[in-house]
Amino acid sequence: MKYAALALLAAAPLLGMGNYPLHLLILCLLWACVYTSWSVMGRLGMVSFGHGAFMGIGAYVVVMGWNHYGLSPWIGTPIALALAAAVAFLIGYPCFRFKIVGHYFALVTLALSEVTRLIIVALRDQTGGSLGVTPKTALADVSYSLNALQFSSKLVWFYVILAFWLGGLWIWKKVDESMGRLALEAISQEEDAAASIGINVTKLKLGVTILSALMTCMGGVLYAQYQLYVNPDTVSGIGISLQMVFGVIAGGMFVRLGPTVGAAFTLLLAEGLRLWFGNQYHGLDLTVYGLMLVLFIIYMPKGILGAASGALEKRRMVRAGA
Amino acid sequence: MPSRLLSVHDLTKAFGGFIAVNRVSFDVAEGEILGLIGPNGSGKSTTFNLIAGALAPSAGSIRLREREIGGLYANRVAHLGVGRTYQIPRPFRKLSLVENVALAAYYGQAGQPSRERAYQQARDALELVKLPSEDAARVDGLGAAGLKKLELARALATQPQLLLADESLGGLDEQEMNQAADMLSGIRDRRGITIIWVEHIMGALMRVVDRCVVLDHGEVIAQGKPQEVAHDPKVIEVYLGTDARQLQSDIAARTG
Repeated sequence: MKYAALALLAAAPLLGMGNYPLHLLILCLLWACVYTSWSVMGRLGMVSFGHGAFMGIGAYVVVMGWNHYGLSPWIGTPIALALAAAVAFLIGYPCFRFKIVGHYFALVTLALSEVTRLIIVALRDQTGGSLGVTPKTALADVSYSLNALQFSSKLVWFYVILAFWLGGLWIWKKVDESMGRLALEAISQEEDAAASIGINVTKLKLGVTILSALMTCMGGVLYAQYQLYVNPDTVSGIGISLQMVFGVIAGGMFVRLGPTVGAAFTLLLAEGLRLWFGNQYHGLDLTVYGLMLVLFIIYMPKGILGAASGALEKRRMVRAGA
Repeated sequence: MPSRLLSVHDLTKAFGGFIAVNRVSFDVAEGEILGLIGPNGSGKSTTFNLIAGALAPSAGSIRLREREIGGLYANRVAHLGVGRTYQIPRPFRKLSLVENVALAAYYGQAGQPSRERAYQQARDALELVKLPSEDAARVDGLGAAGLKKLELARALATQPQLLLADESLGGLDEQEMNQAADMLSGIRDRRGITIIWVEHIMGALMRVVDRCVVLDHGEVIAQGKPQEVAHDPKVIEVYLGTDARQLQSDIAARTG
């Protein structure tokens, strides 16, 4: 069943899918990657509003390296990952060491994502500022360049991003099955008691934060290379960080495919709003997001998939009992 | 004379201008059950938190087998063989009972055991305190006595040499209290674990402890055998006050 669905998904673009639906599908998987990355730590009680920073680092470091130094993304990506890990460490270590948790942690990370956006804007001579930047094309005469990590075919991107999405789900599963996940849940409930039974709170929290940052950074790299255009507002800043949180809450952060459902939901919502109202009401999508976020938290705190699987479970139990 | 397991010397903790623990010194012999008693606010829990690494001392030393542990992080202290319980139970409510205790077995020992071994040790600890050890057992169903047993099981699963039990009998009825006292002495007798027991319910404590340290206003005012301490005029004055006669009869009834 699971593999049949996956095979169907993998075969979908070959069955004569239009360019626009394929584009949507790719974006959906891409955001699913990013949301899954966020949830790896978010569901363990560490709600970050700063993941826009890691995504921004991924997108901009690689594009800047390519545009200004002719650095292949194959080299730029490890640099971006190292930088994202370093930033995660610098933010995480003091927070975890001094027990900055919950709302306060969220506030610190909120500042991080905005600072990143402002830095990108401020370095406008290098980054193109708020207008964004396009990686120099390597596709003038060819249809793909492996060195520049640029492919004109959407099909290639579909399979690349599908692979990363599956990788993200695999990491989620590994984390889910580990003792570390149990320990982090324990920490999120009773931090002092967790330390008293020998759990190194700072180390475990840092570990999962860096893992999540690396995954998100990778999402940023893929985003920039696929779209071939980055803009501080679409890869960094508060807007994108909030969108991650909203998407994950909408989809359900405690089930493996929840963030993916959330990605599909937010994407369809954004596209729907765009088609419906055009671009005439600026900020309409954010307003709708905000309103729906409130409604989700009140009426469906486990998200769409969480609520659905909960309901299914109940029905099964009732049937088994009857 | 059994060897010293823990040696606290001139231990001091100040919170700003308030000195919660003032030059407290005492030793704990291997295999002993030591009662740490005193009225509310006398510094018992602070002393406890200092030993367990939840707080860092302002001055003085805490030596476990001649090794200084004062100021180490709580997780390090746990690895060196000190387990603790909390006065107000702090279970991991969203985890099952076995998971609660298995985490302690997995992370609380100096050398990390395999997962299977940690779960086995967790089941053993749960059985020792007479809690259900099957996978489905949840924290939600436990009452006050059950939660205290869970605290104990979690501390025991770290395989400690020294167990710090913080007012573990508060909120229990007479019968549960006696069971818990028997359980602690059983743990010492069968497992050879040394115990420091912080308690304000004197009766149950007097029956099982070998020695008492009495704190008042952060200072040690008496230490010795339970009967000696209970007859010490200073103890009667500051700790027992008007209830002294009640206590005398309590002890008479318990110790015979």
